[in-house]
Amino acid sequence: MIDAIRRRTPAYLLLAPGTLWLVVFFVIPLYFMAKLSLDTEIPGTLHYRFTWEWSNYKEALELYDTQFGRSFIYAGIATILCLIIAYPLAYVIAFKAGRWRNLMLFAVVAPFFTTYLVRTLAWKTILSNESPITEVLHAIGLAPSGHILYTGFAVIAGITYNFLPFMVLPLYASLERIDVRVLEASKDLYASASSTFWKVTLPLSLPGVVAGTLLTFIPAVGDYVNAEFLGGANNRMIGNVIQSLYLTQSDYSAAAALSFVLMAVIMVVVFIYIRFAGSEALMGEEAV
Amino acid sequence: MSATAVDTRPPAPDDAPGRGSLSAETGRARAWRWLREHAVNVVAILVVIYLLVPIVVIFVFSFNNPAGRYNFTWVGFTLKHWSHPFSDTELTKAMLTSIKLALLATVVSTVIGTMMAIALVRHKFVGRRIANFLIVIPMATPEVVMGASLLSFFLILGTPALGFETLLIAHVMFCISFVVVVVRSRLIGFDRSLEEAAKDLGAGPFTTFRLVTFPLILPGIFGGAMLAFALSIDDFVISNFNSGTTVTFPLYIFGAAQRGIPVEVYVVAMILFFGTVAAMGLVTWQQRRAEKMTAIRPEQEASDIVLPGVA
Repeated sequence: MIDAIRRRTPAYLLLAPGTLWLVVFFVIPLYFMAKLSLDTEIPGTLHYRFTWEWSNYKEALELYDTQFGRSFIYAGIATILCLIIAYPLAYVIAFKAGRWRNLMLFAVVAPFFTTYLVRTLAWKTILSNESPITEVLHAIGLAPSGHILYTGFAVIAGITYNFLPFMVLPLYASLERIDVRVLEASKDLYASASSTFWKVTLPLSLPGVVAGTLLTFIPAVGDYVNAEFLGGANNRMIGNVIQSLYLTQSDYSAAAALSFVLMAVIMVVVFIYIRFAGSEALMGEEAV
Repeated sequence: MSATAVDTRPPAPDDAPGRGSLSAETGRARAWRWLREHAVNVVAILVVIYLLVPIVVIFVFSFNNPAGRYNFTWVGFTLKHWSHPFSDTELTKAMLTSIKLALLATVVSTVIGTMMAIALVRHKFVGRRIANFLIVIPMATPEVVMGASLLSFFLILGTPALGFETLLIAHVMFCISFVVVVVRSRLIGFDRSLEEAAKDLGAGPFTTFRLVTFPLILPGIFGGAMLAFALSIDDFVISNFNSGTTVTFPLYIFGAAQRGIPVEVYVVAMILFFGTVAAMGLVTWQQRRAEKMTAIRPEQEASDIVLPGVA
């Protein structure tokens, strides 16, 4: 018994600093924000009083429901686009790249090495009215007005690009783990290339699809850099609203209420999604 | 692409029975077949190009000579921004703040995170599921919520002032989880018989850790530290909430975006890019060497260990 306690003590000692840090600076702040979201501002002061003010939620949602819906639509479209773009790349890196594998993996993470804001500024150049990309899209009828910048299309394009590596890497990790002999067996049993893909490869890579979509969708919903730089007044997302309520309008209660709803909705979406797709992907491997 | 190169050989004779008028047909069929077989490779290469285009744009525009305050359209080539990348004192100060912050956040979060990872992989204890959950949940929370909640916390507590210290607290907070995940994956793939061997040879737990465990998980720790550094130096959203009047590199860019972006921003971004690529190359090289060392099998001759090149 004493031995068991002695053996366990270092575990708690090793855990203590990190746990403490996360509890004090992540969990407790969430609690404080929950409290703030139910506070009323004492008129004329910048002080707040806790009053179970549920109307904060009602008012915030009534005022900003469009931005809320828009965030989920933009993030959803961007996530689907990321999946479509990332899958072929991850597939090729896992099965066909050979000695090019490391170089291609490097290309996937390379955007991370340029500052997030600077590469979003680069998209401002790429999508500007003078850029050849805009002209081509205009010519084939995809940008009828002749400009892309400051539209929802530009915001979605920016989000898709910025979060693409989050989709490629987990997809690659799960594809790479597939035993090639299983795919060969499928071929030997006269499955066509497409039915091998749909019935063997894709189901086996599902954990990567789940992890990738979550890792893309969650930061995308809360993002406001792309909407700020690439979007116009009609493309503001919920992140922009929370940011300006907190930092310029000092309407803390409304901002806290919005943050909480955002987090709650994401949790619900993630929970439903995991129920359908299985949980191994998110929690990672358990310790041995 | 050696694996696919095999498939590019010309079609079997049965597919191309004749010459003359038929050869055009087969040529087209061959091209069609090649495209069908390589479609996925072509798409993958296009995606790689897509990933790299903005980097090329940043590089090219770091040589731009814009007339106004904005660097969005091409005007002309100049080397002047590359010859004086640190002429903007505000930008330089922001960059130095970012580097200092990222270094400190990396050291703290790597030490704390590695300790947590060791506890989670090596020890069975009550509450491990909760500890795992505590590590996953910050990674599943949007940055804007983390930034806003931390600001609420600082506001309600009435902490002295927002600034470098609050930034450091925030950066360590969001880096820990990532360090734990990276170090943990390295520890899971760890051959424990090596530690047992050290113990059998009379090494105490501390000596075993210092001489066996630590060097072997070092690549994982290094990977975690690199990730923490990259996350910290690039963070905008959480910093924007908790910075007070302190300005980091991303915060400087965001502020500058409203009044015009100096070309030096692009130059500094490229310097950062090449620096990171060089550091990554060095770590990969070091890791390969470390893996070669651990790959030495017991049946190998002692001479092989000393001179790996000798067959």
